[in-house]
Order: sequence, then structure tokens, then C-alpha cells
Amino acid sequence: MKVFRVLKPGFFTTVQDLGRYGYLRYGVPISGAMDMFSLIVANLLVENNPNDACLEITLIGPELQALTKTQIAITGGAISPKINGQNVPMWQTLNIQEGDIISFGKMESGCRAYLSIRGGINTPLVLGSRSTFVRGGFGGMNGRQLKTGDIIEGFDSPSLKVEHKMPEMLVPQFTNHIKVHVIMGPQADMFTEKGINTLLSNWYKVTLEADRMGYRLEGPLIEHKAKADIVSDALLPGAIQVPKNGKPIIIMRDAQTTGGYPKIAVTITTDVSLLGQAKPSDIVEFSKITVKSACEKLREHYKLLNNLSEMFIRSR
Amino acid sequence: MKTGQHTPTRYLPFGDNALLIEFGDVISSEINRKVIALDEAIAKAEIQGIEELVPTYRSLLVRYDALKVSYEQLVFRIKNIETKLNKLSIEKAGRKIIIPVVYGGEYGPDLSHVAQYHRLTEEQVVELHSGREYRVYMLGFVAGFPYLGEVAEQISTPRLETPRLKVPAGSIGIAEKQTGIYPCEAPGGWRIMGRTPLRLFNPLQQPPSPLKPGDTVKFEPISEKEFKITEEAIIKGAYTPISKEQ
Repeated sequence: MKVFRVLKPGFFTTVQDLGRYGYLRYGVPISGAMDMFSLIVANLLVENNPNDACLEITLIGPELQALTKTQIAITGGAISPKINGQNVPMWQTLNIQEGDIISFGKMESGCRAYLSIRGGINTPLVLGSRSTFVRGGFGGMNGRQLKTGDIIEGFDSPSLKVEHKMPEMLVPQFTNHIKVHVIMGPQADMFTEKGINTLLSNWYKVTLEADRMGYRLEGPLIEHKAKADIVSDALLPGAIQVPKNGKPIIIMRDAQTTGGYPKIAVTITTDVSLLGQAKPSDIVEFSKITVKSACEKLREHYKLLNNLSEMFIRSR
Repeated sequence: MKTGQHTPTRYLPFGDNALLIEFGDVISSEINRKVIALDEAIAKAEIQGIEELVPTYRSLLVRYDALKVSYEQLVFRIKNIETKLNKLSIEKAGRKIIIPVVYGGEYGPDLSHVAQYHRLTEEQVVELHSGREYRVYMLGFVAGFPYLGEVAEQISTPRLETPRLKVPAGSIGIAEKQTGIYPCEAPGGWRIMGRTPLRLFNPLQQPPSPLKPGDTVKFEPISEKEFKITEEAIIKGAYTPISKEQ
């Protein structure tokens, strides 16, 4: 079913779901939404499965023309969505009529917004996921970002009568100062105590070299004990590697799956989504946490999503 | 320090959803054999909560669902498996896969440099490169890129000072003692020796790569004409890569 025609693609708009799992051993990154939380909520607001594919909008939104009646929701960074030029709220179900034009204003906070379509976006599954991996040229819309003239297909949905709103107090407020929790290691022992304290007690700035692969950070240099190279081992989103120059790099969702720099720490799962809303010149601050406390946070996070899902379904 | 044989295995948290098992910090087939043996043994044990295993040169990453299994439980279970690894499973040979290659010319623009660098003829370099079997240590860098080792000392060559912006798909390169195959066009600094018509990565196939860590690769020199015939057969879907269980 044709749902939207792309009139303008925006700065960098891709199809993403929760990612591609099981292929790291073949060198295939996980990909998927940079901010998983916002993608899941976008799906829940239109009663989709949490893993359904959405549009991930980066900094400048696209312009879309509806080719059918549908329902959507927009979450993530505050980007002032409009239907036929009229401002509409984020974090709630929106009704779209055939011919409606959806456009966006300035990204006022955060970096990425998510647009879900009732029923989910229909692109072919590639290695079990619809996520676009641009560098590999597969997934999503033929392995690339949207371009003018693209038609976005959706699955048929049983009804267009859902109506949900994220409770105001649960809407995340994205700021340009992002505090994340990290678990030290696996190669923290390659850094001096001073080096570790440097990471944990200073602010780091996201540089212009920041995309779906990772963020290079600027700030006080982190000291290695001796060598700054390791024989390559695996990488996962959230890992913080420090090359010889002492400047940390945060690995994100489209990064290569192996790397030869030591990893001083790894961002906890729930906070990787917060990093997904970071843009150049934002500040990142790291604090350390134990594996056990990180699991508590993860449990709370899933509980919140479960509660939301139940609340929406009960309200039908 | 050569083999890291006596380095004890290290179990390290990798964030809140993965465990990294380090066997050493050197490139050695002995270490990589342990990685692959443990990878296979864990997969066989079907431990609840494990989502994915990522073998690399010298470590095994275990990605897990922290709501289904705790870090401590996982370490306990895997340590138990590790102690039971026997010589047989560690020394088990993987599959052997033949990779046809056109060496030199436009297919291998750095072959002449590698020959000059080592004061060898191009033929001698080809003989040395195709004259031995290589272990697939891991896949990484770009999807489907196999890290193979180790090349003969006589042809071990440093990377290009300025990497190329585009290396064609199928290119076979050398970087120090490693050799590898570019599955798709990518930027890269490896010294390009030749090109294979085989496709090393196809996301529409299951599995997406014909090679896996632990396999053995042997390069077979072919002519430009054979390259074109094989390439055509691959496009028509009429080519099966040669592989055999050892």
C-alpha cells in the first residue's frame, strides 16, 4: 500500500527498526534506530509492534504527501511537525487524510525524530531487519537515505481508529548536555588512573565528525599506560574507544564491527538512546556504574515501555 | 609473548549486555583456535539468554539479554565450558575454500611494488602468496571482509601511506602479515595484489558470507579470461565456490 510520496527528503532520512541481530560475526553492524526509546514509543502510539520500521529523521525533516488515509505518530527530538502548514503535536497519534502534506520546522532539541505509520513501513527484510545500512548499501529504501520521488509503502492496517498520547511527564526532554552512565572496560587497564579520571571528571564536546557510525569527541586528552593499539576485537554501540591521540570516539549503530583501539568504557544500553539524540557541539558527561545497577536501569526501562503499551491497549 | 600460550583467559564485562572473553593480545592461530572452539562449544550448549557470539582474532564477544541471564551466571557457565575444551576441538580443522585470483595488472596494481620492495619478481610474489593456506581469523572492517593470515615473511608489506578512496570489490590485499579480500568497493590502504570474481558478501543470502572464522582459504592464480568466465557464471547463478570439509 502506497502511503507517502517524498516531496523533499530532508537532511538524512532513513528507514529504521530495532536493528539487525545475529550477523556481527559476518561483519554486519546492528544498525537500527539511534534512539530506540523514541522509535518504540512512536510505534506504540499507533499500536504497531515495537520493532516495526519507522522513518528516522535527522536535523532537517522531509516533506511528505499522503497518498492514502492513514495514522502516524512523531516522537524524538522536538522538530515542530506540521500538517498542511498547521502545527501539530508530537508524541501522539495523528490522523492523516489523502493529499495531506506533512512538513517539519527546526529541530529545537535533540537530533533525530521518528515517524511511525499505523501498520508499519513495508520495505523488504534484509537479514531479518528493515533497517537501512547506508555504508553497506542494503536495508530500508534500497540501502540508501530517502530521495525526492520515493514512495513509502506501508502494511495494511486493521483500522485507523487508534488514539493515544504519551503522558506529558514521560516525554523526554532532550538537552545539549547529555549525561550517560558507563561500565568501565573491557580494556580500562590500558589507561592510567589519571586517564580514567580524565574521562569521568570532564565534559566532552561532540565534534562535526558525528554520524550513525560514531562520534568523535573533543576534550581533555585521555592518557594510556603504554601502547594505544590492540589486536582487533569486537565493537558494540556505546563502546568508547581511545586511539593514541587521547580523544575518545563513541561507537554508534552503523560502526564497523571490529576495531583495534582499546575501549576504556561502554555506555549502558538505555543511555545509548540518549546519545542517539546528540548533535555536534553538544556536551557529553560520563559517570561510572556497575553492571548490576545498569541491569536495574534496564529493567525499569522495559517496565516503563510495558506499562505504556498496556496503558494504550487498555484505553481502546 | 609470541603465542600467548600461558596467558590466562580474561572474562571482562563489555557494557551491560555483553561479556568479552580475551585469550591474549597477539595474532596467533593457537589463540584463534581456542576462540573458535569456545564459540562452537557455547553455541552447542544453547545457554538461555545468549543472543549472539562474535569471534575475533583473539577474543570472543558474547552478547546476551541481561533480563534473562546475569553476567555472573554467564561467566560461571562459560568458564565451565572452557575447562572442558579438549585438544581435539581446539585443533579441529575448518572448511577449506579455494579463491580464484587474477594477480597483477589492473587487477592487482600493487603487485609490482610489493615485488620491488622485496627484490622479488612478480611471479615469485604470486607463488609465495598463493603457495600457502590461510586461516580466516575473523570477519570485520566491512561486511564480509575476511582477515587472513599469515603471509610469508618475504612478502609482508606495510600499508599504503595514503589509503585509496576506492578499492574495487573482490580485491585481495596485503597489510603487514595479514591478507584480506574486499567484499565490496570500499576505501582502503592494503596493498592490492589481485582480484577474485567471487562475491564475498551478499545480504540476500543466508549466511551472507561464504567464509566464516576458522575456515582455511587457498588462493588459486587464474587468467583474465578465466576471471571473466567465472564472473559471468556467478552473475548467472551457475557457479558454486569450491569448498570441502577437511
